[in-house]
Amino acid sequence: MALITAKDLSVGYGGQTVAEHLNFKVNSGDYLCIVGENGSGKSTLVKTLVKLIKPVTGEVKYGDGLMPGEIGYLPQHTVVQRDFPASVKEIVLSGCQSRMGLRPFYNSEEKKLAADNMEKMAITDLANKCYRELSGGQQQRVLLARALCATKKMLILDEPVSGLDPKVTAEMYELVAKLNKEGITIVMISHDIKSAVEYADHILHIGNTIYFGSKSEYLNSKAGKIFMMMQSKDPHAGKPLTV
Amino acid sequence: MIDTLMMYMGYPFVRYAMMVGVMIALCSSLLGVTLVLKRYSFIGDGLSHVAFGVMSVAAVLNLTNTMIIVLPGTILAAVLLLRTGQNAKIKGDAAIAMISVGALAFGYLLMNKFSTSTNLSGDVCSTLFGSMSILTLTKDEVALCAVLSAIVVIVFILFYNKIFAVTFDETFARSAGTRVNAYNLLIAVVIAVIIVLAMNLVGSLLISALVIFPALSSMRIFKTFKSVTIFSAIFSVCCAFFGIVISMLAGTPVGSTIVAADIVAFGICSLIGRFTGAR
Repeated sequence: MALITAKDLSVGYGGQTVAEHLNFKVNSGDYLCIVGENGSGKSTLVKTLVKLIKPVTGEVKYGDGLMPGEIGYLPQHTVVQRDFPASVKEIVLSGCQSRMGLRPFYNSEEKKLAADNMEKMAITDLANKCYRELSGGQQQRVLLARALCATKKMLILDEPVSGLDPKVTAEMYELVAKLNKEGITIVMISHDIKSAVEYADHILHIGNTIYFGSKSEYLNSKAGKIFMMMQSKDPHAGKPLTV
Repeated sequence: MIDTLMMYMGYPFVRYAMMVGVMIALCSSLLGVTLVLKRYSFIGDGLSHVAFGVMSVAAVLNLTNTMIIVLPGTILAAVLLLRTGQNAKIKGDAAIAMISVGALAFGYLLMNKFSTSTNLSGDVCSTLFGSMSILTLTKDEVALCAVLSAIVVIVFILFYNKIFAVTFDETFARSAGTRVNAYNLLIAVVIAVIIVLAMNLVGSLLISALVIFPALSSMRIFKTFKSVTIFSAIFSVCCAFFGIVISMLAGTPVGSTIVAADIVAFGICSLIGRFTGAR
């Protein structure tokens, strides 16, 4: 059974539908990229997947022993975080929240998990640094390490490369691809169709046309061809608007 | 000077004032960091005005123990403010401003119209600026304050990691299954308790100062959440202590003197922060 199955899913806020009639599956080990124009409902969709908002209609089924709270989620940056006084270690540790329940303090197992994930993301030497003093790429690594603390199975990333320079963006993609090879299922929103088709094995395109399928099928589909063409004509595509 | 101080300390009411002052300063600084970071700096102001409003209702009703209705009233307002914050028909700062100004106006209106007291402006002034009521505390009030402060500190320590997670990234915490709404509610209730306590000390106009100055000062210098929290607690306790001492020696109003001490210390912290390049 698939980790996530969406059946005739419509998502939106407060009864307002943004994207509708979505059908797709995420199997264990997949790398799914969600692409689409601005405002097509990509973020709303992943928020629905991690149960931050309820689906308008349709349903999301979780299988293979995956609980919604066990998905490692990397949200877009918030204003609060920009000047937040917190060390890297404190932030990564906070990813262990879901396994704590009501227990007030972290145990040694969780501290080790945090340390391991910092090691994986190559941020161990930054452990006691202040989050707000890090570069954009380093900050994303910290949040990725935190997300890894929350999951063993699946990461959902909401535009992890927005606002990063090309070199750091490439590093970030490599890092995510490496995690995928290690067996973690990836669902990622991307504005950058070129990298999406380079790394992902499945594509979900939402917006005016809806498409879901493997990467090779997508590239030959009508939706894929049009979207690829649009992106290569528009020099600003792939550079998401930072708000 | 030491002699004068020792002489004052000989009076039990001075010792009570000292104890209460320090306890309240400690409590208010703990959650200050969270509130400042969540952009809720003014919730202290809003809630304290609500407390003022409820207090004037109590005064009009001639209740001797105002705490009975002031505490639940303020907690209710805190919960309501938080709800509007999430449902976003009227957003956070506007909701706080509305409730704050509204309660202030209604409180004064009630006191002006129905008050039985002969010294109306004195009453209003002392609720707004705290004035001398801290020097007239009874043993019971000190005990109540001690119990509530102890609860606040214990709750804060037990939920420290949760509060951190909810403050730093509410979205992530929610996605990881943390009961964000419950913790936000907890924060609101604790804040309401602290504000009702602090009204005795600095009055309702200056409470925000107790909440935000320690947090802001320590964010100038320190870089981790833990060190910021610990330092702001120390900062706040020291300022309250010296503020009270100075106010006794110089005969100045207690509340304003504590806030003045906070401001001076904030200036020092800013300088240190700039000097060490921490910020």
